[in-house]
Amino acid sequence: MGGTFFFLYFPIVSLIAFSFNDSKRNITWQGFTLRYYEKAFENSQLHDAFLNSLTVAGVSTTVSTIFGTMLGLSLYRFRFPAQGPFEGMVHLPIVIPEICMAVAMVAFFFTVEMPLGLTTITVSHIAFSIPFVAVVIRARMAGFEQSLEEASYDLGANQWQTFWNVTFPYMKPGMVAGALLAFTLSLDDFVITFFTSGPGSTTFPIKIYSMVRFSVTPEVNAASTVLIVLTLALTAVALVIQSRSQRKIDHG
Amino acid sequence: MVDNTIISIRDVVKRFGSSVLAVNNVSLDIKQGEFFALLGPSGCGKTTLLRILAGFETPSEGQVLIDGDDMERVEPNKRPVNMVFQSYAVFPHMTVRQNVAYGLRVVGTPKPEIDQRVQESLSLVQLEELADRKPDELSGGQRQRVALARALVKHPKVLLLDEPLSALDAKLREQMQIELVHLQQTVGITFVIVTHDQNEALSMADRVAVMNGGNVLQVASPTELYEYPNCRFVADFIGKMNLFDGQVVGVKEGQVVVRADAITAHIGDISVPFGDEARGKVGIAIRPEKVKLDGEEPKDMPIRVRAKVVEVVYYGNESHVFLQSTSGAKITANIKNTSRNTHAGIVKGDQLWVSWCPQDTLVLTS
Amino acid sequence: MESWRKNKLAFSVLVLPPTAWLVIFFTVPLLIMWVYSFAERGPQGQIYLAVNFANYARAIEWIHLGIIWKSVWVAAISTAITFAVGFPLAMGIAFAPTRWKNLLLLLVILPFWTNLLIRTYAWIAVLRTRGFLNFGLEWLHDEFSAFFALIGLPDVMGEFQALELLYNQKAVVIGLVYVYLPFLVLPIYATLEKLNKSYLEASLDLGAGHWRTLFSVTMPLAMPGVVSGCLLAFILSMGTFLTPALLGGTDSEMIGNLIARQFSSSRDWPFGSALSFLLLYLTFIILWVRASMASRKRGPI
Repeated sequence: MGGTFFFLYFPIVSLIAFSFNDSKRNITWQGFTLRYYEKAFENSQLHDAFLNSLTVAGVSTTVSTIFGTMLGLSLYRFRFPAQGPFEGMVHLPIVIPEICMAVAMVAFFFTVEMPLGLTTITVSHIAFSIPFVAVVIRARMAGFEQSLEEASYDLGANQWQTFWNVTFPYMKPGMVAGALLAFTLSLDDFVITFFTSGPGSTTFPIKIYSMVRFSVTPEVNAASTVLIVLTLALTAVALVIQSRSQRKIDHG
Repeated sequence: MVDNTIISIRDVVKRFGSSVLAVNNVSLDIKQGEFFALLGPSGCGKTTLLRILAGFETPSEGQVLIDGDDMERVEPNKRPVNMVFQSYAVFPHMTVRQNVAYGLRVVGTPKPEIDQRVQESLSLVQLEELADRKPDELSGGQRQRVALARALVKHPKVLLLDEPLSALDAKLREQMQIELVHLQQTVGITFVIVTHDQNEALSMADRVAVMNGGNVLQVASPTELYEYPNCRFVADFIGKMNLFDGQVVGVKEGQVVVRADAITAHIGDISVPFGDEARGKVGIAIRPEKVKLDGEEPKDMPIRVRAKVVEVVYYGNESHVFLQSTSGAKITANIKNTSRNTHAGIVKGDQLWVSWCPQDTLVLTS
Repeated sequence: MESWRKNKLAFSVLVLPPTAWLVIFFTVPLLIMWVYSFAERGPQGQIYLAVNFANYARAIEWIHLGIIWKSVWVAAISTAITFAVGFPLAMGIAFAPTRWKNLLLLLVILPFWTNLLIRTYAWIAVLRTRGFLNFGLEWLHDEFSAFFALIGLPDVMGEFQALELLYNQKAVVIGLVYVYLPFLVLPIYATLEKLNKSYLEASLDLGAGHWRTLFSVTMPLAMPGVVSGCLLAFILSMGTFLTPALLGGTDSEMIGNLIARQFSSSRDWPFGSALSFLLLYLTFIILWVRASMASRKRGPI
């Protein structure tokens, strides 16, 4: 087991470690430096790419969290005709190979004559994030005790009051988890972004990709480390929120 | 309709889908201030009936009147009844006080009135001390009190309780039975409770409706139900019962003459007091605690059977003696262990006489 | 669950907007690609709509079939290695003391949350000619040479030859194993975790040894998770694009890269669409197998 964990962590840890290495050839340890972080931060292309990524992720997260929540909630709540095929369609973006979705999006944007750019990236990100959020929300709602809603009606509340006072508070941690998932998915996505991006809409992973195709530099290591730390921090937040709400609500 | 009827259920039928008949043509009147129990095994339709009263299910046919008003198309949130759920359904993200205040807040009751009524309600169930706790810091019994306070604060005309004690352990359940009865007497509100536990129904309710397969079989006071069940199902469901197949061979002056091969082979046909008409096949029934056991033949008892002891099970305060008559019928006798030596006399394999009085004998026509 | 008829307004308000988005920006694109897969390519890469199966026929031509076959083969090998590495890991976690369990599980999931591109890139840094691994080997080589020189032996080691670890099939397999390990470990862990430990104790109690118990009791009981995890790793490996693109050489192209090439340098969208649909059908077949096995065994997915 130790060997497996070594296998899992050795590449990432050495990548992070060598981002602090004061050597351009980046092989032998020459001492600690933050030089490459400065360089990465001063690199305006990297800077812009990072901002692009955050913009795309921000918009995609907002829209897909709202839509995914609506979808997850209705899948949990309603019985309706053709439910099986419908659920199949909803889960499709999760299971199909990314490359298939990527080229399909290209074909689509070409056909409807939509110029490739940040908009097309965002639109695609929303499309593949909605199902993930829906799955998270549905899983969260599976633990919901339906008699809570009945109790609320019974005590005189109408549907709207019941939703906001009883259902929504229970669903909220699921929405936070779903939003964080959508954000990470968007920030991490390479394949679909790569195909749906146009000139001037370089995102962070695409920039890194174009850099690593040529060579391994400490600057790329530094930029990668920033992204790793960011996603890990988000994941940690998600875990804390989830475990706290678990304690709060599941013991109810 | 009698003046003091609060709930009137008329010819209510509830079907789920095309095949499941959950409630089959039930008519019931529940009186103002009554503690009424719906008793039956799981799947008998009692919970469905309660949910029809609360408005969560719509009857397929028939009518429900609450305090004289037809409840058709009246949503659950507009009905003058409130419910205590089996799982309590206490809102986990609200404090006890917020839970109790909820039903007043959502209908826009003024703040001072909410505070006052919540306080009253909390003191009624002795929860003032815990008012600011969250439900996950409460025990099962305390959560149940929250559910009660939350419903009672609405001053409903009827309080509906769905298996309210089933989630509590045995000791606490007994204590809550007494508390619920006291609470009902204090507030004077009609309670309708659903339970599968006959002890619960008998010990708490003023009247009990026994249900099975969607039908109400008997509505009666607990004593009447126990001593005069009107059918085999009720006789068997409430308490223990020795049941024998019999045949009516004659009727005379409030008595029926019955032949039941299992018990009358030795003494011939027996006469049992019975008011109604009876003909053909009937059930002859006797409660195990009303049966006597003797070593010598009790010639003065009109009903007596010779039987062998098959098993004796000791319960401390009483012993259950399982016997088999010479004709093969199984009979159970419950013996009170009123002195330390009562039990010692009877052992497996003993040949004894089982006897009982005709007045204690039941004739079950259905 | 209630019938949608009971609350048509709420149902429509909730369902229609997200469904519309998914239909317009997911289902329709797939349909367009499906239509393209029957089209003809013009001399400059134009698309002439038509109904012919030439693109599908081309996909099973020898040269392309070779790539498809290689994809399946690479995916199978990667899955087998992932299983060999992942199963003991899943078992180790499932049978670890409770207080360690969550930490170990987190350690498995954590890389999964790290950017796929960065994880793959990390392997370039490890495997390349002037990478961490070769450097480590060179250091060992130099130490040994120095040692031999010290004890008076001739220079038998010779000049250090860096191993060519990157840009080949092996690198792709290593990358795939690395990237998809968590996908295989988690389902297996989930089944093992739910497995009643007393079965294993019963087997040991009845006299079976640890290996016997592993093969006769643990493995069969963990089968649903094993199948599910392996199929998942297989699907993901087969449809990969990034790993061969970064770690592979000219001969390591897989279906994903072939499809990508049709949409970039080759500009043959109809053929790319047909390939894409072949990959989709292959994925569906595997998913269907997985679903029917799961429903038959009624095991966890």
